[in-house]
Amino acid sequence: MPGMRRNRIKDSIFKYWAMGCTLFGIVMLSIFLINILIDGVGRINWQFLSSLPSRKAENAGIYTAVMGTVWIMVLTAIIAIPIGVLAGVYLEEYGKKSRLANLLEINITNLAGVPSIIYGILGLEIFVRTINLGVSLLSGALTLSLLILPVIIVATRESIKAVPKTIREASYAMGATKWQTISKQILPAASGGIFTGVILALSRAIGETAPLIIVGALTYVPFAPTSPMDKYSVLPMQIFNWISRPEPEFATNAAAAIIILLLITFLMNGIAIYLRNRWQKKVKW
Amino acid sequence: MKRKETAIEFLLALCGAITILTTIGILWVLLYETWLFFKEVSIVEFFTDTQWTPLFADKHFGILPLISGTFLTSMIAITVALPIGLSIAVYLNEYAHPKFRRTIKPALEVLAAIPTIVYGYFALTVITPALQKIIPGLAGFNALSPGIVMGIMIIPLISSLSEDALYAVPKSLREASYGLGASRFQTSFKVLVPAAFSGITVSVILAISRAFGETMIVAVAAGLEPRFTLDPTVPIATITTYIVQVSMGDVPQGSLEFKTIFSAGMVLFVFTFILNTISARIKKRFHHKYE
Repeated sequence: MPGMRRNRIKDSIFKYWAMGCTLFGIVMLSIFLINILIDGVGRINWQFLSSLPSRKAENAGIYTAVMGTVWIMVLTAIIAIPIGVLAGVYLEEYGKKSRLANLLEINITNLAGVPSIIYGILGLEIFVRTINLGVSLLSGALTLSLLILPVIIVATRESIKAVPKTIREASYAMGATKWQTISKQILPAASGGIFTGVILALSRAIGETAPLIIVGALTYVPFAPTSPMDKYSVLPMQIFNWISRPEPEFATNAAAAIIILLLITFLMNGIAIYLRNRWQKKVKW
Repeated sequence: MKRKETAIEFLLALCGAITILTTIGILWVLLYETWLFFKEVSIVEFFTDTQWTPLFADKHFGILPLISGTFLTSMIAITVALPIGLSIAVYLNEYAHPKFRRTIKPALEVLAAIPTIVYGYFALTVITPALQKIIPGLAGFNALSPGIVMGIMIIPLISSLSEDALYAVPKSLREASYGLGASRFQTSFKVLVPAAFSGITVSVILAISRAFGETMIVAVAAGLEPRFTLDPTVPIATITTYIVQVSMGDVPQGSLEFKTIFSAGMVLFVFTFILNTISARIKKRFHHKYE
């Protein structure tokens, strides 16, 4: 039958095309990483890691930007983790049927789809101008916290959902109150999944550039920050600044800084994946 | 004991309420500042003027060039990401060995984990020079290169959501198709893809919404020149890159020039909100379909 033969040919053409598509993403990723390594790896040395920014590409370093990124990450974690986890607990454990919970749920789905630059505008108006925190690490961290809250809340809910009913019922049967059950049984049992979600959320926050530009992260900061109220730069900002310059020496600096940024991002993602796998293996309900 | 439990519940609800306050905050800030903006600029000019030059001496406040730039880069991205992403989804779902699938999926997810500023560097230093060899008239800053790179970035978004949708199609449909003697290709595109159409649509809408809001790739590689055109070879600006440009410059806060970022932000917010709402609606309907 000629029809069948045609079908078989179509089938194998598509197979090779789709295989090509699948490899396309991987190949682009590889080209890209190799390219960055060739451009930047020679520039990475102690001077580059420990120097302040400079007008001269060969004297410039990423010390202040890395310190800014570390500060922002720690502050964002301190603000966003407790709020996000507690909000997730509320949605999953308390407000299941209430109208408030329903509203919260729709709202969180919507917030997750809001472009990050809009959070920057919100942060600028509320934290920088209205509350008058000015251009500071704190206003930047508050802005990023709002940005990653939906991610942490969703991760918390999913992890709590995965905890089997039996644990909860056993705890109640022993006479524990609702909060005792949550804090002593549910949360510890769900902690692996929550950690994974939190680390992924923070790794996203580290790579964010747009909202921090809006709330005033600087491209040139002569000193590493020492308090939450200090002005700051972050690694992506420094990279953006270097890419925007015409001199090729600065492009090399940008590539080198990108290697550092990617190392941090991949390291955090790796930890998240490791935790997830370990948690899935260890916990067999 | 009882009082402590109530206090804890109240505290938890308070944390949840912060997300509501965030939404109210976004709406309030955008609406209030946009209202102030429209007290000085006519709303008709805003939507019909084809020039956007708030930072120049001869000021025009027509948002159309920023909208056209945003649409242009997003459409290029979707043109790249949709055929590739959907092919990957069909392939992984129907053709690939489960082992291959398990290794390739996390590798594709890496694409989504890379910070966007890094993609910007890629667009400017790798893709643009490569394209200039093929297209001689291509400017150093253009819409094509960031559009393509954005497309690569959103491939995993389309492929993984579409694959979930394909996977959710009941096994009976697939088996019936094979039972009638259909090939894998026929089963995939005449049975599974139509059955999963709503889920695939959701993935595409979310991808468009993501592309609308994408900032750094375009800010690095597209040139920051608002231009009312759909020509992918010349420098353009998008809504997001304009906001970045104003924020990086020394425009005094509170001035009319500064208020433009809120009106532009409002337009972006409305676009993405509409897209997200449509996708949420479709998703809700689609969830009930096979249950």
